[in-house]
Amino acid sequence: MSKRYIGQRIKRNEDPALLTGQALFTDDVHLPGMLHVAFVRSDYAHGRIRSIDASYAREMPGVVAVYTAADLGAYWRPGPPLVSPPPVKGAIFNARTQVPLAKDKVRHVGEAIVMIVAESRYIAEDAVEQVFVDIEALPAVVDLEKALAPDAILIHEDLDSNLAAYIFQQKGDYESARAQADVVIKRRLYYDHGIAAAMENRGIVATWDAKTQRLTMWDTTQAPVVIRNGMAAMLGLSESQVRVIAPFIGGGFGPKIMMFYPEEVLLPWASMQLQRPIKWIEDRRENFFATTHERDQIHWAEIALTKEGRVLGFKDEFIHDTGAYDPYGLTVPINSQCTLLGCYDVPNYASEFKVVFTNKTLVTPYRGAGRQHGVFVMERMLDIAARQLGIDRAEIRRRNFIPPDKFPYNNELIYQDFVPLVYDSGNYEPALDKALEMIGYEQFISEEQPRLRAEGRHVGIGVVTYVEGTGIGPYEGARVQVESTGKVNVSTGIGTQGQGHFTSFAQVVADQLGVSPRDVHLVTGDTDQFHWGTGTFASRGAVVAGNAINAAAAAVRRKILAMASRELEAPEEDLELVDGVVRDKKNPEFAIALKDLAAKANPLRGAVRPGTEPGLEATDYFGPERGVTANGVHAMILEVDPETAMIKILKYVAVHDCGTVLNPLIVDGQVQGGIAQGIGNAFYEKIVYDDNGQLLTASFMDYLLPTSMEVPSLDIGHETTPSPLNPLGTKGTGEAGAIPVGPLFAQAVEDALAEYDLEVLEIPLSPNRLFELLQSKNKDA
Amino acid sequence: MKPPPFAYHAPTTLDEALQLMAEHGYGAKVLAGGQSLIATMNFRLAAPAVLIDLNKIPELSIIQPTAEGGALVGAMTRHVQVEQSELIARTAPLLHATMPHIAHPQIRNRGTFGGSIAHADPAAELPAFLRAVRGQVLAQSRRGQRWIDADDFFIGLFSTALEPDEIVTAVRLPAMPARSGWSMQELSRRHGDFALVAVEALLTLDADGACDDVRLAFCGVGEGPVLATAAAAVLQGQRPTAEVIEAAAAIAASDDVDPHSDVHATSAYRRHLVDVLAKRALTAACARAAGEEV
Ligand SMILES: Cc1cc2nc3c(=O)[nH]c(=O)nc-3n(C[C@H](O)[C@H](O)[C@H](O)COP(=O)(O)OP(=O)(O)OC[C@H]3O[C@@H](n4cnc5c(N)ncnc54)[C@H](O)[C@@H]3O)c2cc1C
Repeated sequence: MSKRYIGQRIKRNEDPALLTGQALFTDDVHLPGMLHVAFVRSDYAHGRIRSIDASYAREMPGVVAVYTAADLGAYWRPGPPLVSPPPVKGAIFNARTQVPLAKDKVRHVGEAIVMIVAESRYIAEDAVEQVFVDIEALPAVVDLEKALAPDAILIHEDLDSNLAAYIFQQKGDYESARAQADVVIKRRLYYDHGIAAAMENRGIVATWDAKTQRLTMWDTTQAPVVIRNGMAAMLGLSESQVRVIAPFIGGGFGPKIMMFYPEEVLLPWASMQLQRPIKWIEDRRENFFATTHERDQIHWAEIALTKEGRVLGFKDEFIHDTGAYDPYGLTVPINSQCTLLGCYDVPNYASEFKVVFTNKTLVTPYRGAGRQHGVFVMERMLDIAARQLGIDRAEIRRRNFIPPDKFPYNNELIYQDFVPLVYDSGNYEPALDKALEMIGYEQFISEEQPRLRAEGRHVGIGVVTYVEGTGIGPYEGARVQVESTGKVNVSTGIGTQGQGHFTSFAQVVADQLGVSPRDVHLVTGDTDQFHWGTGTFASRGAVVAGNAINAAAAAVRRKILAMASRELEAPEEDLELVDGVVRDKKNPEFAIALKDLAAKANPLRGAVRPGTEPGLEATDYFGPERGVTANGVHAMILEVDPETAMIKILKYVAVHDCGTVLNPLIVDGQVQGGIAQGIGNAFYEKIVYDDNGQLLTASFMDYLLPTSMEVPSLDIGHETTPSPLNPLGTKGTGEAGAIPVGPLFAQAVEDALAEYDLEVLEIPLSPNRLFELLQSKNKDA
Repeated sequence: MKPPPFAYHAPTTLDEALQLMAEHGYGAKVLAGGQSLIATMNFRLAAPAVLIDLNKIPELSIIQPTAEGGALVGAMTRHVQVEQSELIARTAPLLHATMPHIAHPQIRNRGTFGGSIAHADPAAELPAFLRAVRGQVLAQSRRGQRWIDADDFFIGLFSTALEPDEIVTAVRLPAMPARSGWSMQELSRRHGDFALVAVEALLTLDADGACDDVRLAFCGVGEGPVLATAAAAVLQGQRPTAEVIEAAAAIAASDDVDPHSDVHATSAYRRHLVDVLAKRALTAACARAAGEEV
């Protein structure tokens, strides 16, 4: 296989359609006779439903059906638990999953109570205002620490507390490490709530065709195969009767994975009941309440070091907020727990967490999926240690890096894929060196910063590192076929959410088959085309689907070579695949086009040799034994105006190592997008609930996404340490950019305001929060 | 986020529009650029029974010089037209400096000058600007027309002195006084957001270099545009030394404003910003009035 296209900065195959508005998104699906849905949602965070009066709504012209939980009959049941708890000894896990429509109790603001189906969304929304739900308000559980207080009101009354889960994991012996340490530092750190805020909200179109007895569902899901199988089971259909299409998706970032959201479960059912196509497109306000959130964690961390800055041990206890239900298991807090140790060789680690139910929207993975919390805690603790020990911030990191000869490196903790977290490969110092050089670290600290400070300016620099466990199993698959047109069809079940799969996967196939990536046509996320797979999440597309596609393409390549060898009467090893033909390397005029071979492989007359399959087609799968670890370093120079507490990013550098880079343009885009989200999470975005569990930030006026004005242009560098665990050598990259931005902000702000001696132990910051921190220092002084 | 049902009229003359207003009065709202109104309707915070669309009335979209050396701006003039107007840049430099702070280019393409004044959002810049320069609002109805001083026009949160049948048709901006200086300062969370705090300053220095007629108007810190009268009193008749400016800014923060808290900023932070921005604005305005480059 040549490497003609892999590694090239190729423009994306999908962009012409996307940029000219031709690409199909769920809301572009218009079917004759289609009905529209709106939901009556809870205004209360916590309460008991006393009665629902939908009689006015039912009578409104244009309203076709109104469903409450009672109307669902036997179809009403809590959603399936999606991820079981990891096999950790002593683990506690109380699964309480979301319900299609609230029945007796509401547990968060925005929980769906009544579904209205009408001739238009306008009418449906008018009808929503005519439904009267009588709710007896209960006190809301909002604060994480208070959720576990003995007198806390119970969100799930069949449990004896609001504890959803408990996990303890360790490596080595922290207490004895602590006993030997020169310094022990303790802090409480806080990471606040946020949301993914994908550009496209969720949406579903479902249509039951009585003539063919088939259900088709367009769904903004990141896991179409899982949804198909789940929906078939719920509806009592065979899997082949259900087709789920995940068309183009305007960003997923995790909350669109495979939730079996109430809307996802209800639309297909209602379409069968009413025998009409039905559409629901989530609006932005609903998205704030009804699409899953991420983030709240409180950590109590302790780091034990030698006076040279070597970390002997780390201890962490944290509380994680899962919201009202926990269908997604422990993925997020396990990621926090397992990612905390980062690039560092820490021999002793003890970590325990408690997961609590609160009266808030559910928490499930969102880009980074808990990893940023762990990275925040470790990086902050290293900064504090560096300051206390008088060691340079970059240097303390360097001293603790896992050396390159220690890979594979076993961190001994059970990771989100249920196997011990073993770093497959890595080389951390070159990435740090490159980042320091790109940002001009030495020069900034020794010359520029003193000069600017003398001018009265407050500029600071930060540098942080991270690892990301990516590319977890179980598996993905693909079917690759060379058509008699010479074009190549690829089908996979992974789905896509805008990451450029149509291009990077085409590059892999192009190199195997000697065709142009432009001639490779990919279908992903249509279960009629391919119905095996898990989904696009956990930075696993390029690793798991990429290698499955590579394997299937390699199998087709073998078929091509065998057949061409017969046709050209030349040994296989003399043949090469170039520009859509197979030819004899020595006598290039002895050649046959792939399209002719494909036609011959699918004859209309005559005998086919026994034991052969028609066509140039193969299906294959890839299932990694465990995930692979990507890593990186971010550095930033930032200016603060201490009078106004406003900030400005002057320079931002990211060096990233995701093993083999399939397409640097796409990887840069992923890193850039991740950093934009990271900047949002660090300084602009904040989900605010009041004490009653009311969401105060349910629009883009109040939930501030960074725009192109707030995100600087970035310098991105690549290091390449291929993974030994898959043939392409790839590691995941989708989430990386978002992970280390919080601690980077904190560090750079502290440095810029060095004279104030601030300690930033929380994320997100904001001008207001910074002002308060500065005020507290002024008062101290 | 779909609006409830409403009737829609699109008159092509002002007379027709005034007639419709007379008929529908309380139940009606005029539709200008729609940048605020449509959002509130989609959120179902406003549910007007009748919309009277002014977009097809060309006579409301003008920028003209006045005999006194100021400018007359038609209500339906888009923000972008004001932003790009040479006449405005010349006769109303403070307005010229203000326009880029209003939202984003997309919104300035649709949003209107009159809409922003009539909407009276307490965080909007133009109402504060209008108070700073002592502008006047022309209100018209079937019953007649009247000029309303900016100081009398804004009466509270999203509320103005307009009667239910009146439409804002134009706004009159006076000429810049001699020996005057101006400054506009704003802080917002993101570029283009409504201000956390913004200040519009216009002042005159008398022949001795002492402050005369200081107009310092804030947005984002009250129920409407707030005129800092206490701060102005500190400056009146004083030479604007750094100490005097600092004292005036401190008074503005402590006495003139009573900012609210919201998810973006606490009252204390807004108050602090009033102090900082007042200082910056007064310093720049005095420098301009003294003929210095700023
Ligand atoms: C994302 C975003 C950011 C924004 N940021 C800012 C900002 O930073 N600063 C700022 O000042 N504004 C901002 N705006 C608001 C924008 O400037 C609007 O254009 C303005 O507030 C209203 O003007 P409009 O022409 O769109 O009025 P509309 O939305 O059409 O109308 C607003 C209200 O005024 C009434 N009205 C309109 N015209 C008249 C008239 N001639 N006579 C009587 N009543 C009338 C309407 O009936 C309605 O009640 C922002 C808007 C958005 C969407």
